[in-house]
Amino acid sequence: MSILDRKIEDPELKRATEGLSADRIEQVINSVLQGEAGARLKAYAETCMRCGMCAPACHYCVSHDMDPSYSPVGKVEQTMGLILRKHGRLTPDEVYGMAQLAYTECNLCRRCVHYCPIGIDTGYIISTVRRICHKLGVTPLYIQDTAHSHSATMNQMWVKEDEWVDSLQWQEDEARDEFPGLRIPLDVEGADIFYSVIAPEPKFRTQLIYQAAAIMKHVGADWTMPSTPGWDNSDMCMFTGDFEMMGRLKRSHFEAAQKLKVRRIVMGECGHAFRSVYDVGNRWLGWKNHPIPIVHSVEYFWELFNEGKIKLTGKYEEPVTIHDPCNIIRGRGLMDKLREVTHHLCSEVIEMSPTREHNYCCAAGGGVINCGPPFKGVRLEGNRIKADQLRATGVKTVVAPCHNCHGGLEDIIHHYQLGIQTKFLGDLIYELMEKPELE
Amino acid sequence: MQLSESWDWEKGERVVTESLAPMPEHKWQEEIHVSPDGETAAAIVCIDDGEFGLRMNDTVHDNTFDKAWKPGFTPDGRFCALVQQDEEWTLAENGEPWDERYGFMWSPLFSSEGGAVATAVQQDMAYGMSVNGVAWDTLFENANGFALSDNGKRTAAVVQTRSIGQADLISFREGVFTVAVDGEAWESTFMNAWDPVFSPYAHRVAAQVRLSLYDYTVAVDGTPWPIHFQCTWEPCFHPNSSAVVAPVRQGGKWGIAEDGNMLWKPVFFNCWHLQYAPDGSRLYAIVAPEYGKFTVAQDERAWNVLAPVVTELTVSPDGSRAAALGNHDNKAWHVMVDGKVWHGRYDMAWKPVFSADSRSVGCRVSSNGKYAVVVNDNTVGGEFDKAWDPAFSPDGSKVLIRGMRNNALLRIVADVPR
Repeated sequence: MSILDRKIEDPELKRATEGLSADRIEQVINSVLQGEAGARLKAYAETCMRCGMCAPACHYCVSHDMDPSYSPVGKVEQTMGLILRKHGRLTPDEVYGMAQLAYTECNLCRRCVHYCPIGIDTGYIISTVRRICHKLGVTPLYIQDTAHSHSATMNQMWVKEDEWVDSLQWQEDEARDEFPGLRIPLDVEGADIFYSVIAPEPKFRTQLIYQAAAIMKHVGADWTMPSTPGWDNSDMCMFTGDFEMMGRLKRSHFEAAQKLKVRRIVMGECGHAFRSVYDVGNRWLGWKNHPIPIVHSVEYFWELFNEGKIKLTGKYEEPVTIHDPCNIIRGRGLMDKLREVTHHLCSEVIEMSPTREHNYCCAAGGGVINCGPPFKGVRLEGNRIKADQLRATGVKTVVAPCHNCHGGLEDIIHHYQLGIQTKFLGDLIYELMEKPELE
Repeated sequence: MQLSESWDWEKGERVVTESLAPMPEHKWQEEIHVSPDGETAAAIVCIDDGEFGLRMNDTVHDNTFDKAWKPGFTPDGRFCALVQQDEEWTLAENGEPWDERYGFMWSPLFSSEGGAVATAVQQDMAYGMSVNGVAWDTLFENANGFALSDNGKRTAAVVQTRSIGQADLISFREGVFTVAVDGEAWESTFMNAWDPVFSPYAHRVAAQVRLSLYDYTVAVDGTPWPIHFQCTWEPCFHPNSSAVVAPVRQGGKWGIAEDGNMLWKPVFFNCWHLQYAPDGSRLYAIVAPEYGKFTVAQDERAWNVLAPVVTELTVSPDGSRAAALGNHDNKAWHVMVDGKVWHGRYDMAWKPVFSADSRSVGCRVSSNGKYAVVVNDNTVGGEFDKAWDPAFSPDGSKVLIRGMRNNALLRIVADVPR
């Protein structure tokens, strides 16, 4: 079954492809291939043996009974392969299919890289397809709205500047009832830590800000959060293919931290945001590495436990399993630290199989969940394997230090009726840490 | 007249305040700020649950507030903080709140001599700016990118001219953003607008704009350049002519365009933070001539000294010199002046400061939790628990060091080492 046999209606994909001419499609495709793709794409295209070793690596393929059209190589053949075979002379319908596949049937999770005998990065190829789609103006409605929000507000949820500060002050007020003297210090110059989050936190997960502030208070951290744009470390533009906007967002984030002269950035529990600052967006701006030290919360919590700064009242008694977010495990190698932190917190950890860098993606990442309701069904059907993995552990709690993973796992848990709850590490630390005795 | 002319420039060390330690009657004291002349230290203090005051040296002002944040001194030495009373926000100057109140207030900006204080305001979910408490006549659906002209006479911000529904991509692409100057929106609207900047005498305003998902350019007083680019960064006015320059991306590399035409060839991996010499004779920028290697360029010629990170470009008052900070591997900061690297390596360094005669450069630095001030590559005044940026006397012969030791605020005036 090819991508065109499973077309799903998205109002923006429909509208955008209706206006495309063959000449424009060809011109845009060739400008990206010649101007941006370079030797890497050519090397991949010429060295892929079509051996199919990547097929069992992909959760979509496994979840669709090894239908080869869902295999990484199959998806490349239906997108970049089609482009190369037709020298860019695609029909608008083919562009629609290409966009649907690239944005909603590949999470850019890079699991398949580990299974390819020659290390072809399918995520890179699909990212290049997305770049072409972006340049053609063909992106799914909801993720494009998120990209628009990024461009207008420097955050992904249309959070206005006063709403951001007000949310922090609200959480500070709330937390002071439980932790007298607690502060969420705004714009403190020279602090050790610049704590950044993603926009869903002030929008509808404010308890995570509360918990982060409580943990910072508990460990006596010298920390700050910015009142200015740059507080949101997320980056859906990286996933739509709007690399210019990705660069603008990363600049805003890094310069907010540089302006405050902090020692380092600690990021909340988000995977894709980490990829955007640690690997992709920083490099678009000309930095080989990140221009200021930066750690993910998993690393920060690991440090805190190793320094003995977190005092627990006990351990989480129920058995838990660990979900390894792609962008911080395959992308950064934090699998051991994640396990050490989880074992500090939990009495019993039952590993999924496979696990660590071989763990399956949540199917929300790579911007897929941000493509919204039209594609939810595909996302859920495309990750039956994750449901099987979770079910096989027999646990009722899964620890996942990533926002997108929470969204993806919660949908899977609900759809496959697994009866499992998701937890951030911050949830567990807050729940278990010693708290002041109030009068 | 420079503000610093009236300051005490008598050489020596003076204790301004014996102890800035938190007062026992307060629940906590927030970060200490010091006035530009070094005569006043100030901080927000928590007096009781939901009751905040403003401490200046040994005195806490009688007025108290439900909340207070964003403390700081104006260039002419008034201590300001954003404060909330009875669910409304205003700004307090030396403890006295303005009469004007808003739903929210943030992003205070000061004119170069301190006479004007602008803020972002939200009232009844409409957004704009205020100057010395007085809001624009017209407020907007949203506003950000706030700017105040150096002379304090004009304000500008990026504004959203009308509301759009959730996921309304069409309206967004038709353009609902523009720049409002003193509350009056430009006639043209854009997909995006960013970073409005004023010309030296505030007659004109330029901003980056995005005309489609892929077409970036600069608009001056609402009119976009006819040439479009892959990307842009914030523009800069020539001090003495009508020209506007901005970093632009072409063919995947960065250069500088002047009024839409290429001025510096697009050969850099990045190019940003443009600054003219005050007389317009030279143009400086932070550039990356090689991937991962940054430096400062003057008139298209890059310094030979490269670093993975370069920030805080500062141009001397006579425009002949420039300084910046460099960092290798996120480990140690160094100061670069006129293409040469000073000896010191620091955990952190702050924006370099030039003397009025352009002969000297000073920089606040910190290492191992201690602060110091380095002037012309020499440490002046010793180590401090905390220090603030140095300031030079109007004739450039002396330097003022503001620092804290053992909770005492010290004010040190020393000869400038040459």
